[in-house]
Amino acid sequence: MALGTDRRSFLKTSAAAASGLVIAFYVPRAGAQTPKPPALPDPNAFLRIGTDETVTILLAHSEMGQGIWTTLPMLVGEELSLDWTRVRVEHAPAAPAYAHVAFGMQATGGSTTTWSEFDRYRQVGALARELLVQVAAQRWGIPPAECRLDAGHVTDGSRRLSFGALAHDASQRPAPTAVTLKPAAEWTVIGKDRKRLDSPEKVTGKAQFGLDVRFPGLMVALVARAPVFGGTVRRFDDGPARAVPGVKAVVQVPSGVAVVAEHFWAARKGRDALKIEWDEGPGGTLDSTRLLQQFREMAKTDGVRAHAAGDAPAALKAAAKVLDLEYSGPYLSHSPMEPLNCTVRLSPGKCEVWTGTQFQTVDQAAAAEAAGLKPDQVEVHTPFLGGGFGRRANPAADFVREAVHVAKASGMPVKVVWTREDDTHGGYYRPQFLHRARIALGGDGLPAAWRHTIVCQSIIDGTPFAPVMIKDGVDDTSVEGAADSPYFRGTANHLAELHTPKLPVPVLWWRSVGHTHSAFAVESIVDELAHAAGIDPLEYRRRLLAKHPRHLGVLELAAERAGWKTAPPRGRFRGLAVHESFGSFAANVVEISVASNQIRVHRVVSAIDCGVVVNPAGVRAQMEGCAIFGITTALYSELTLRKGRVQQSNFNDYRMLRMPEAPQVEVHIVPSTERSGGVGEPGVPPIAPAIANALFRATGKRLRTLPLRLA
Amino acid sequence: MQLKVNGVVHDVQVPDDMPVLWVLRDVLGLTGAKYGCGIAQCGACTVHVDGQAMRSCILPAASAAGKAIVTIEGLGPGLTAVQRAWIDVDVVQCGYCQPGQIMSAAALLRERPNPSDADIDRAMSGNICRCGTYPRIREAIHRAAALMKGGS
Repeated sequence: MALGTDRRSFLKTSAAAASGLVIAFYVPRAGAQTPKPPALPDPNAFLRIGTDETVTILLAHSEMGQGIWTTLPMLVGEELSLDWTRVRVEHAPAAPAYAHVAFGMQATGGSTTTWSEFDRYRQVGALARELLVQVAAQRWGIPPAECRLDAGHVTDGSRRLSFGALAHDASQRPAPTAVTLKPAAEWTVIGKDRKRLDSPEKVTGKAQFGLDVRFPGLMVALVARAPVFGGTVRRFDDGPARAVPGVKAVVQVPSGVAVVAEHFWAARKGRDALKIEWDEGPGGTLDSTRLLQQFREMAKTDGVRAHAAGDAPAALKAAAKVLDLEYSGPYLSHSPMEPLNCTVRLSPGKCEVWTGTQFQTVDQAAAAEAAGLKPDQVEVHTPFLGGGFGRRANPAADFVREAVHVAKASGMPVKVVWTREDDTHGGYYRPQFLHRARIALGGDGLPAAWRHTIVCQSIIDGTPFAPVMIKDGVDDTSVEGAADSPYFRGTANHLAELHTPKLPVPVLWWRSVGHTHSAFAVESIVDELAHAAGIDPLEYRRRLLAKHPRHLGVLELAAERAGWKTAPPRGRFRGLAVHESFGSFAANVVEISVASNQIRVHRVVSAIDCGVVVNPAGVRAQMEGCAIFGITTALYSELTLRKGRVQQSNFNDYRMLRMPEAPQVEVHIVPSTERSGGVGEPGVPPIAPAIANALFRATGKRLRTLPLRLA
Repeated sequence: MQLKVNGVVHDVQVPDDMPVLWVLRDVLGLTGAKYGCGIAQCGACTVHVDGQAMRSCILPAASAAGKAIVTIEGLGPGLTAVQRAWIDVDVVQCGYCQPGQIMSAAALLRERPNPSDADIDRAMSGNICRCGTYPRIREAIHRAAALMKGGS
């Protein structure tokens, strides 16, 4: 155990074992086995107890708002009785010790942090407990069994020794080879509300985000990137840019032309003064409307089979009536409040990177490649992330790779800052999508045949994850939530097909990934089926979900708390949706009104079953956030392309929900002893369809395109 | 020019049109005010100028010369009622927009010590939170109002 305060030696040992990228990506599902780490964790990597009584917990994952800065220490604290006023939390450096137990690389995403660390962080706490108790017992000359822990101390009932007083001796002992974790019945921390540990620094402005990194000699750089995807610099004139006071260098890098300056304002003025002639390439002809037409044509043809049972085409052919429904939606940018940025300092044999990242291992490897170094010569420092939503988990490591190139070409330490416009135009979007469903209902009003065709660019294609995550030509992230939907699989004859257009627009996972569109399509479709069958939407779902108790559990809870059986207030209309994603089950009932074609969401009643809950306060906060994020997506979010150019640029034309539009959000958690699922994303998917379903009740219009617009 | 920030006068050599935000962040090293949009759309850069909440990302340094600028770092002394309420209500998620939210809320509470929901809507509509903490921000502002009156 690194019980001293010498961070340097700790860093040295962990960095020495650094290796390249390990790919064992894994898409979690409820009921799937949790992959176990091979052995007990090295507590040195996760915990430092100082002689000053501070207990520092190192996070293998990045805090981007989801609350793991609190949740992971709670897991340690469950086994190691902590004095919470002495707890410090830090992001870990990039090192193999922090590899995600399921992904095999250091990463934060897929709503996996809590369940994937549920054992490891408790084991770390238990290992430390064992060592501290051994030392105390030895000093007192009593059996360890007579000792217990109490808020930063070991006690035998009459005597007390603080962790700090035991730390040095404990660090000299070999770590136990086995530990016993407390049974659930004895938990005192897990399952109890705990306030966020990062609040004090975040409400005082002290919290350091990537954009806040400063050190002497650090320059600020802005990069002029191609106006269309795949464009390249043909020639440029840097004279006017160099003439701007404060500009130190203008350098060409693979992604464009960088202006390096003393501060942001000089870099920005310098970049404005650049004259660049671009070779646009094929990206210059992209047009969203035409893409939609192309997607529509593709959906008329046979796709790659993602899942099938029975004979859906034959059953549909024989059916008297077939519903033929098309759902679609646009490219979306993540738009975290902190625009992308990356700071790089190069020195002989070394590259230091500071960036808000969800993908330390990938970024480390990419920085090494760009710098011409080995991964273990790259130090990755992770400050707080001002939002991530998937954008900061890029297999291409675009913002990191580029910053290394700028530092290398300019010979200066640089912070590459993306303006909001750069961030919006920078690609790696949620893909534009189209779903086509052909469904025949049986005599009972329930679906008897369902053919579901999805057109969606692949997020995984072309990344190192492809061999694991694309199976038989199907990127699971394109069809998740549809091809495995219980409604769809419960239909006797079903066929899910996928078309994967290849386009120059880079795409990426975006908070809830494929579920962003599959839940919208499937939960809207089910409402349409209920309407066609003349059955109440809740009752209809009950019939289809009879064998899916966890879906039903959240659905019934949300419906009951929302008062589904009673009429909504005058002028308001309700809609509901339920969806499983990331190992959790979430349902929403929304209450909306419509005035002058404007849709207003007044109330969201959310229910979640995420298995064992570590911090209920954190779960509620995430569900609230998911609701607001989901409403923005449902009502406003859209990127469009004309002549290859993204037409939106900033919050004036890529709108976010604002305070006056924010609804009341109520969150209800289903008590559960099931394995934990995720909570950062599962609340998002069932928002858009719940609004669309409410809108149908309000107006009789079925909107099948996101964002939902009445005029 | 001279800029008075958190009670301290600084001599800064910057272009007249350089926004106060970048003077604070890149010249004076005060990084509490955040860059989010650069066009006064998101409020992450909110500071007080002569007591008024203003978007420092579009405020030219020259026009702020001689005025009293207060940033999140200078809001105290110590934790103010607004900040304590923020902690009590567990408002923050990623936290990036929160200094701006807090500065807007503090200006509102100075003007209206007992704000209505409509007052909050009006005063806070210029501050975007992508994490979606609005319901808690509303609750925290009401709580701060109660704290300032000596309630709990």
